Amino acid sequence: MLFKSMILDNAEISPDYWRMRMTAPPEMLSARPGQFVMVQVNQSIDPLIRRPLGIFDVGTQQPDYTGANPLPYLEILYKVVGKGTAMLSALHSNDILDILGPLGNGFQKGEKDEEKLIVGGGVGLAPLYLLAKELVKDSPVRLFAGGKTKDDILCTTEFERLGVECYTATEDGSLGECGLVTQVLEKRLDLLGNKGSIFACGPHGMLKAIAEIGRKRNVPVQVSLEGYMACGMGACLGCVCQGKEHSSETPDYRCVCTEGPVFDATELKWEEN
Amino acid sequence: MKADMSVEIAGIKLRNPVMTASGTFGYGEEFAEYVDLEKIGAFVTKGLSLKPRAGNPIPRIVETPGGMLNAIGLQNVGIDAFIKDKVPFLRTVNTPAIANFFGNTPEEYAQLAARLDEIPEVAGLEVNISCPNVKQGGIVFGTDPDCASDVVAACRAATKKPLIVKLSPNVTDIVEMAKACEAAGADALSLINTLTGMAIDLEKRRPILANITGGLSGPAIKPVALRMVWQVAKAVKLPLIGIGGIMSATDALEFILAGATAVQIGTASFVNPSAAQQIAADMETWLVEHGVSSIKELIGNLQT
Repeated sequence: MLFKSMILDNAEISPDYWRMRMTAPPEMLSARPGQFVMVQVNQSIDPLIRRPLGIFDVGTQQPDYTGANPLPYLEILYKVVGKGTAMLSALHSNDILDILGPLGNGFQKGEKDEEKLIVGGGVGLAPLYLLAKELVKDSPVRLFAGGKTKDDILCTTEFERLGVECYTATEDGSLGECGLVTQVLEKRLDLLGNKGSIFACGPHGMLKAIAEIGRKRNVPVQVSLEGYMACGMGACLGCVCQGKEHSSETPDYRCVCTEGPVFDATELKWEEN
Repeated sequence: MKADMSVEIAGIKLRNPVMTASGTFGYGEEFAEYVDLEKIGAFVTKGLSLKPRAGNPIPRIVETPGGMLNAIGLQNVGIDAFIKDKVPFLRTVNTPAIANFFGNTPEEYAQLAARLDEIPEVAGLEVNISCPNVKQGGIVFGTDPDCASDVVAACRAATKKPLIVKLSPNVTDIVEMAKACEAAGADALSLINTLTGMAIDLEKRRPILANITGGLSGPAIKPVALRMVWQVAKAVKLPLIGIGGIMSATDALEFILAGATAVQIGTASFVNPSAAQQIAADMETWLVEHGVSSIKELIGNLQT
């Protein structure tokens, strides 16, 4: 779906991390956790291509004026990393954006009542809030949020409001455990006796470590990948990642946009990248 | 008010001059949600080879000012899967589908042309002799007039369908290439493919693309493409399809003035999947507003 969207709010929630709420067509309310949108930052030719951004939340809000219908909205969480996201952060309420989406495949919900372990590294938290909202309906959910410093730990209050128990880890020890979020995750898995299922999004190194944890402990892992893409709909073939059968002799490339962005970790090759 | 937007390329009747470029529109079906395929002139498939191809290592694309570099490496499903999985969709659409293809030798090109010749749903063939991102599969044939001539002649002998040859801009003299293709039996020429370029990550001191170099597309290349279409239009009698950074109806009409009979929309479809349909509609609006009754009046009508 292609639509014009009006920014309702665009706020820096931590240094370089922004949360934007914008209007959306009612169809957006059925977006599945893990799906993404392609955002056209402006109408000029620089930057030319859209930015793929995970859907943080969808919902409806009551407009300020009385008698109006509830207004469907879409939220994204993004980090300023380059020209496009810097321009996005400079936009204000009432500015108009051109959006394509929802795109891609979402997370599989997994077994009812089993513990769900959600792991987010920095801005990797983006697609995990909508997921948590869905999972808390029939399972206990725990969030493991990691980052280099406390500035990389985002939105834990929102997760707690859903009834999600939050664990944090920072590499400099400025918030939560000092170390990697995977260490905290492993402690929990020890306590659980390697039950439950894992949902992760974040830097490649973190995802690779979690895929390995899942493999060793026989716990299912779903990962949401980032890809550098031009179209988001399987045409440019720019965003491929390596599937489990990949080698230089027998290449196995999967499109992050249409076959992902969520993959079962065992479907991917983790040795390289 | 309406204007006559129909044109003809080598016997293929197009309802309007707007086509989609190979490699930017999948096999058509991917865009059906965003483009009414019966509102555009024709669409061109991703380049096909005899065997499926996995494409290049990643990273494969990078954005540059006003454009993007790609080194996809001609990833495609191969001719057999195309016939089995993609052709049935073509049957459902009342718009000409052009099959783009490439080989490693003139014989492979000819084999593919012969296979595609047998598919009634394929309205025409576009020979890719211009992919800059794989060692074989194109560019050798696209930069040497004698090699290009061999490939085009081999394809010509293998098919009666309209034969379009897609030219590379990465040559000393594109006019010479165009003349060689015309002499070897091409029915039409499409130009330009991407310009070879590269991007560097200063901090890592490495090229950004795994392939090191890639093909530059997008509005950044439009002036180069316009110039080449204009030059070739003066030198050959074949109908031309203009390609290169077209983002709007204005851009498309400039190519028509320079001498193109039709245009292909490429990178713009990545930015806006409805771009081709929008551009076709906007072109007609422009004609109506300017009192031009037929697009044919504008072809090559540049005042110099």
